[in-house]
Amino acid sequence: MRRRGEIFGTIDRTTVLLYLMLVVYGWLSIYSASAGDQSVWVFDLSQRYGKQLIWIGLALLLAFTILIIDAKFFSTFAYVFYFLMLIILVGVLLFGKTVAGSKSWFEIGNVALQPAEFAKFATALALAKYLSTRNIDLRNLKNKVVAVTILAAPAVLILLQNDTGSALVYFAFVLVLFREGLSGLIIVAGVLMAALFITTIIWGEIYVSAALVILMALGFLISQRLRKIRMPLIAILALSIVFVFSVNYGFQHILEPHQRVRIQIMLGLKKDIHGAGYNVNQAKIAIGSGGLTGKGFCKGMLTQNHFVPEQSTDFIFCTVGEERGFLGSAVLILLFLALLIRIIMLAERQRSAFSRIYGYGVASVLFFHFTINIAMTIGLAPVVGIPLPFFSYGGSSLWAFTILLFIFIKQDANRLNVL
Amino acid sequence: MFVFIALVFLARLFYLQVASNQYKLSARNIALRTIIEYPPRGRIFDRNHQLLVYNDAVYDLMVIPRQVNNIDTMKFCRLLQIDKDFFIRQMKKARHYSYYKPSVFLKQLSKKEKGPIEEIMYEFPGFYFQTRMLRHYPHPVAAHLLGNVGEVNQRDLKRDQFYRQGDYIGKSGIERYYEKVLRGKKGSRIVEVDVHNNVKGEFQNGRFDTLAVPGTDLTLSLDEKLQAYGEKLMQNKVGSIVAIDPASGEILAMVSSPTYDPNLLVGRPRSKNYMTLLHDSLNPLINRAISGTYPPGSTFKLVNALIGLQDKVITVNTPFTCQGTASKPIACSHNHVSPLRLEEAIALSCNSYFWKTFKRIINNPAFENNHLAYEDWYKKVISFGFGHRFNTDIPFEKPGNIPTRNYYDKLYRGSWNALTIRSLSIGQGEILVTPVQLANLAVIIANQGTYISPHFLTAMSGNDTLSARFKSIHKVDIDQAYFKIAKHSMEDVFAGAEGTARFYKLDSLTQAGKTGTVQNPHGADHSIFMAFAPVDHPKIALAVVVENAGFGSVWAAPIASLMMEKYLRGGTKRKRLEKRILQGDLIHHLKQRKK
Repeated sequence: MRRRGEIFGTIDRTTVLLYLMLVVYGWLSIYSASAGDQSVWVFDLSQRYGKQLIWIGLALLLAFTILIIDAKFFSTFAYVFYFLMLIILVGVLLFGKTVAGSKSWFEIGNVALQPAEFAKFATALALAKYLSTRNIDLRNLKNKVVAVTILAAPAVLILLQNDTGSALVYFAFVLVLFREGLSGLIIVAGVLMAALFITTIIWGEIYVSAALVILMALGFLISQRLRKIRMPLIAILALSIVFVFSVNYGFQHILEPHQRVRIQIMLGLKKDIHGAGYNVNQAKIAIGSGGLTGKGFCKGMLTQNHFVPEQSTDFIFCTVGEERGFLGSAVLILLFLALLIRIIMLAERQRSAFSRIYGYGVASVLFFHFTINIAMTIGLAPVVGIPLPFFSYGGSSLWAFTILLFIFIKQDANRLNVL
Repeated sequence: MFVFIALVFLARLFYLQVASNQYKLSARNIALRTIIEYPPRGRIFDRNHQLLVYNDAVYDLMVIPRQVNNIDTMKFCRLLQIDKDFFIRQMKKARHYSYYKPSVFLKQLSKKEKGPIEEIMYEFPGFYFQTRMLRHYPHPVAAHLLGNVGEVNQRDLKRDQFYRQGDYIGKSGIERYYEKVLRGKKGSRIVEVDVHNNVKGEFQNGRFDTLAVPGTDLTLSLDEKLQAYGEKLMQNKVGSIVAIDPASGEILAMVSSPTYDPNLLVGRPRSKNYMTLLHDSLNPLINRAISGTYPPGSTFKLVNALIGLQDKVITVNTPFTCQGTASKPIACSHNHVSPLRLEEAIALSCNSYFWKTFKRIINNPAFENNHLAYEDWYKKVISFGFGHRFNTDIPFEKPGNIPTRNYYDKLYRGSWNALTIRSLSIGQGEILVTPVQLANLAVIIANQGTYISPHFLTAMSGNDTLSARFKSIHKVDIDQAYFKIAKHSMEDVFAGAEGTARFYKLDSLTQAGKTGTVQNPHGADHSIFMAFAPVDHPKIALAVVVENAGFGSVWAAPIASLMMEKYLRGGTKRKRLEKRILQGDLIHHLKQRKK
């Protein structure tokens, strides 16, 4: 056994510092978003900022616990965590409590826990464990299927809980697969599909299909090389057109009405500032009114008067935007950017494939949350109910992200011990 | 990739927060509410500090639909005396406007109507009362000239940024003319509100708030008692009375009949009453004292006499003959002594005399031709205040008409002479004057050649620069000496053995006057009288017009006499005369005929 001082001596202080800065910044924002007019006692447990202080305390305790546990513990029991989590997710489906339409909460006493949040680190562990196993090669179809299944299982269960946002997070792990040898073509295909999806919704399937055919015809006319591979290209064209037509069907029939409207609003096809577009519109106004330097702590006209729904949870960024202005928002974005880059740097210096893959998993999840959450508050993405890591109010999300991050910090601290 | 996303975010945030102004404005619109503090409108007093117009509180029942729940609708409707359909309709309207913002549920409840429900308002969450000020008239007189107040229309809103939808504005009369001083200055408070429209506090500690400044109180020259008496004398008659203090030009009374109770045009019944008044066949909304124009008839003979004297084409002793009803080119209304001199001619209102005078004025050899002589006549007539507006605080006054030389040149292609325009000699033809202008003629003769433009305002609370402009003295282009003759002959109208108003002579008061019987192509002649009293130091000058009443001596003269007696002696002992006038009904046969 090594002495404890050594453990803390080897942990990456930059990451921990960034983590603490984000948590403190986040708590101040929650304080501002939920404090009323009355002068307040920060430990007032009836208020969100008071509770969040407790969650933060417990999160730090969790972090500390993870740091003193042997690093091998997580890789060894990765699958155990994973399957345990799957069972819990099934349990939620059966016995959970419904909040805001999602059956994704366990209520213990008066504390509600959201297992979907915790499933992320378990999945990241399992994926890392599987991909770091010897002889696993993502070019192999069977391995590919297993890897995707590891991701899909919790995603499907969460989807069944009617928590689309959290389920979408599992797409983030595709980044990990990419790093571990998944063909870049899949990413390209994904981007193309996304582009087709959006253009089809805007212009309709007929125009998009026609445009595709014309583009390809032009391509054949101009380029000798393209003509040589015309058979596969035509096959792709045919597939694309099928996709384009199915997009419309999917959009109209498979998506829930509220999801459909959110996408339409994001694309500017619909304006409904009193109904479905209310959130985003209020959020944009709150952020936009912040100006360069913001209105000052607890002085946001909109956030102080609760004009932005969900302003201490998913829309917490509005408080930052309004009260801290562009500079404060930029600080937040740069903090996240620094954290993400730091994690990737740490991941790349890992000796064990498990740690590296897990690191990429952590970065992917944080990146996805960060991107989607902020994009939705500033009207660049449809509204997807996922929290801003370390910022949004809520014990489950804070703890889950803390566990996610600190397992990686622990792995990193232990990297020199890996042979 | 991370950097790319971060840059996209930073660019977008820069656009939202720093580059674009739109969101800052929206934020103010959403989170700030400007609460307008309405100042009380200025009150209006008469010359004896009798309150004529003040503000009375009424209560708008407001509703915030979001807060309405679980109320006993039946009880609510019963207390307010409304039916259920009305309730449903108003709630729908309110919800349609806004779920969170208050809208008016029921307008302008009186204190009495509010009483039964006020005590149990807690049973009806979402409803509350908002106080509004309405005009109230303790003495229901002078409706025309005081004017009325109503909600602004689209034109008002466009023209003046001061007003918001639902504000009140002076629509006519004094209320309109002095709108800018009566309305005061609105105050405003900017407050922060939360998403439920609850006020959370002052925006930046009230740094941008302003206090309401109450409207200015006005004191008018009107004598409420005289006004009320005049309105009573004119009841069941169509016409007007204008009484002026000759020394100051202050209008003591301005009666237009038929009139109405100004309280009718206040509050909820306003629009209904307004339509009734608007469609009445006798046009009670018209202020005949300023927008009724009449040929002045015989009263104008005084003007021609004065111009003739000034031009030295006649003297006080010039005799003219009259063949009575057989006179040419203008017949006289009755046969009388002939030949006769100026003062007799005025007292007897001889047409022939003034035709001959007018002919001499127009054919005056002192002028190169008779058209130039006419121009000089025109200039002198204008100096009496005829043919143009006084432009004081009398709103909507008509200018009347004195035909210009150009007018006749065009009409007769340059070929006209005294004979062509002979009607002017006896105040008929194209000449049109308003009762105010006629009363002003009485003022001029009473003052022997000067007048101050007739006006209402005598004082304003606070700074008083407006009333100062009502002090300049106008001088008529006639020498003062000639007015003595006019004055004396007007005295003879009452005092003379053959004066047309000799039946209304008073021992206690010297009066001077002139009758007029105006030919009216549309029906019976108008009865006209102008007068002043006492003769030596006139305190009141007035004109009375009674439409379709025949001879001036029958209706207009006694009304003028009673008015002067009322003002100077406090009332009359001539009860029989008073009774005849009060009971005189010159309307209902007209109405029946129209039907």
